[in-house]
Amino acid sequence: MSTAFVVKGVSLYGDTTADIAVTDGVLVDDAAAGATVIDGSGLVVLPGLVDLHTHLREPGREDTETIETGSRAAARGGWTAVHAMANTNPVADTAGVVEQVWSRGQEIGLVDVYPVGAVTVGLRGDQLSEMGAMAQSRARVRLFSDDGKCVSDPVLMRRALEYVKGFGGAVIQHAQDPRLTEGAQMHEGEVSAALGLAGWPAVAEESIVARDVLLAGHVGSRIHVQHVSTAGSVDIVRWAKARGIAVTAEVTPHHLSLTHEEARSYDPRFKVNPPLRTSEDVQALRDALADGTIDIVATDHAPHAIEDKDCEWASAAFGMVGLETAVGVIQQVMVDTGRMTWRDVARVMSEVPARIGSVDHVHGRPLRAGESATFTLIDPQAAYVVDPADLASRSRNTPYAGRTLPGRAVATFLRGTPTYLDPRFEGAFA
Amino acid sequence: MKHLLGTDDLTRAEAIRILDTATQMAATQEREARKLPTLRGKTVVNLFFEDSTRTRISFEAAAKRLSADVINFSAKGSSVSKGESLKDTALTLQAMGADAVVVRHWASGAAHQLAHGNWMHGSVVNAGDGTHQHPTQALLDAYTARRHLVDEPDGKGLDGLRIAIVGDILHSRVARSNVALLTTLGAQVSLVAPPTLIPVGVGPWPVDVFMNLDDALDAHHFDAVMMLRVQRERMSGGGAAYFPSPAEYTRLFGLDSARLARLDAHSIVMHPGPMNRGLEISAEAADSTRSVIVEQVANGVAVRMAALYLLLAGEERP
Repeated sequence: MSTAFVVKGVSLYGDTTADIAVTDGVLVDDAAAGATVIDGSGLVVLPGLVDLHTHLREPGREDTETIETGSRAAARGGWTAVHAMANTNPVADTAGVVEQVWSRGQEIGLVDVYPVGAVTVGLRGDQLSEMGAMAQSRARVRLFSDDGKCVSDPVLMRRALEYVKGFGGAVIQHAQDPRLTEGAQMHEGEVSAALGLAGWPAVAEESIVARDVLLAGHVGSRIHVQHVSTAGSVDIVRWAKARGIAVTAEVTPHHLSLTHEEARSYDPRFKVNPPLRTSEDVQALRDALADGTIDIVATDHAPHAIEDKDCEWASAAFGMVGLETAVGVIQQVMVDTGRMTWRDVARVMSEVPARIGSVDHVHGRPLRAGESATFTLIDPQAAYVVDPADLASRSRNTPYAGRTLPGRAVATFLRGTPTYLDPRFEGAFA
Repeated sequence: MKHLLGTDDLTRAEAIRILDTATQMAATQEREARKLPTLRGKTVVNLFFEDSTRTRISFEAAAKRLSADVINFSAKGSSVSKGESLKDTALTLQAMGADAVVVRHWASGAAHQLAHGNWMHGSVVNAGDGTHQHPTQALLDAYTARRHLVDEPDGKGLDGLRIAIVGDILHSRVARSNVALLTTLGAQVSLVAPPTLIPVGVGPWPVDVFMNLDDALDAHHFDAVMMLRVQRERMSGGGAAYFPSPAEYTRLFGLDSARLARLDAHSIVMHPGPMNRGLEISAEAADSTRSVIVEQVANGVAVRMAALYLLLAGEERP
């Protein structure tokens, strides 16, 4: 393995062309003598991407993903850090489980795996988990979520928001009123009316977002809203930010690119929670990401077994894999449309998620000498047709199967070590 | 026509062809020997994931009168205990060489998935999928309405007729199928239901909507009034109930003798069955001379014969 290499003529953040030289895992001004040379022409270099919303399924559902396969999928997608959601079996609601996840991630070494702790014991929504112990563990947990379920009890939510201030943590909320969404299958609107599928109304998300920003403002805590999916939620977040409330928000690539019209196929690959919404919602989300109302992109990578998707819509699991297609989708809907630059992509997929996750001392760093060589090379010309069989993830439930994406990550480095290399580079590091 | 999945993808010409064929089928049922040799050697599977004796025996009678071999396959499963998957069932039927599968399923979209899942090659007839579609019910309703309300009905649609559908629109596959089919055939449809049982996304439907039956009767002279069954589970569940009480439902939406008397002399009363007498329909209305409810059942066999005939014996299309 080469300890010194230089990527020649690469586009820094998509604007200035430069060489990226690495010696012993650190970015340096000048390439070392004899450093391996990689042709970076036509490529964009960004700091390693940081996903704030990943389901790695280990422990419990290793048939659908493991920390290893999920790490490989992440590296392939350009990510160098992922935040693993707590809805595993057992639930990540104790220091023991989060330390296990964290150290397994380090052992594999392809991405830094940061466990997200459960807000409530067993995700049951009735008793706070020992968040302090998780924060003090070797996993240094800073984000807490019952993702998959909403912390719907307003008193419990208030307590959680207040409690995590003690160790600089934040609650990240899956906003879904459970009563308004009992049995819900897809966005409630014209398509659900035609298809006879039970509706998941936008208000079930918006009412929780509104409540949470008001609570966060009241107790002076920060709140992060997961997978914002509606125009109404965007308006509420915008209003809260204008009031000075410490709210941040994420949007997924699929909510930026797909609508509820996909459900007309009754193909459960398009079944996701929160559901795909209207084209008006998609436009509002794109506007909000471009203007900063929505802070970041997060994948909500949710692997599922074939049998949980190859069935009736109502029986199918919610969720889509997304780590490996995120860069291509964001390029397609935000960059190629002129709404954002690659520098903006670095902000919303690396720098700000690292800050929200309190991992900005090691991720989302500037690309300059002295910093850790943690970055990804993106080829914006590498258009390809998504083939589920070709995914590094153990699961195949991508909504983009058979669709063309304009670009992708072609090499990813974590502290100087290549964690993914397109075949074109494999020789250089042989 | 390869499949019959819903009424929303039927053209007017296709729909009229099915109705006209049903007329011919009904005529053959007046004869002494009612059995036709048309589908001899073909296998029709009745695949029922949900109990419905009425619909199953109607399809069974239709297939048998066309001389098809009929296999009844009860694959009862629920969203809780899934049992054998839809896919495995389809692969089994393919292996058995089913020419047509008549499928009733609790999940919306199941017939669509069976037809388009690359699991089997036979024709799929949707006998009701969740709260989505029930096309043969709508076709038999249209057939019944046409017989009573259109002179020399052969080759004609339902142009100019005004038809009310009263009841739980939100959860009704019968309502969805009828809105599309009746409109395609030229009728104007009014929906009458408590606002809680009207889908949120009803906006683009080609209908007008009334929130009680008297308002609807004030606004239009209906040629046909179709009463839908009210499911008991819609009334329970505390805060989740869709209306306060059966009595209030009957007061606002029930077809009682007073409302029956407001109908024009030629108007007919329909119900897909089974009825809740005294709830959505009074005994007087159900048993009145305007009621065509029993005839709907008989017409169901003729319409299903027509559908199977056109799917399995119709000329090959490229």
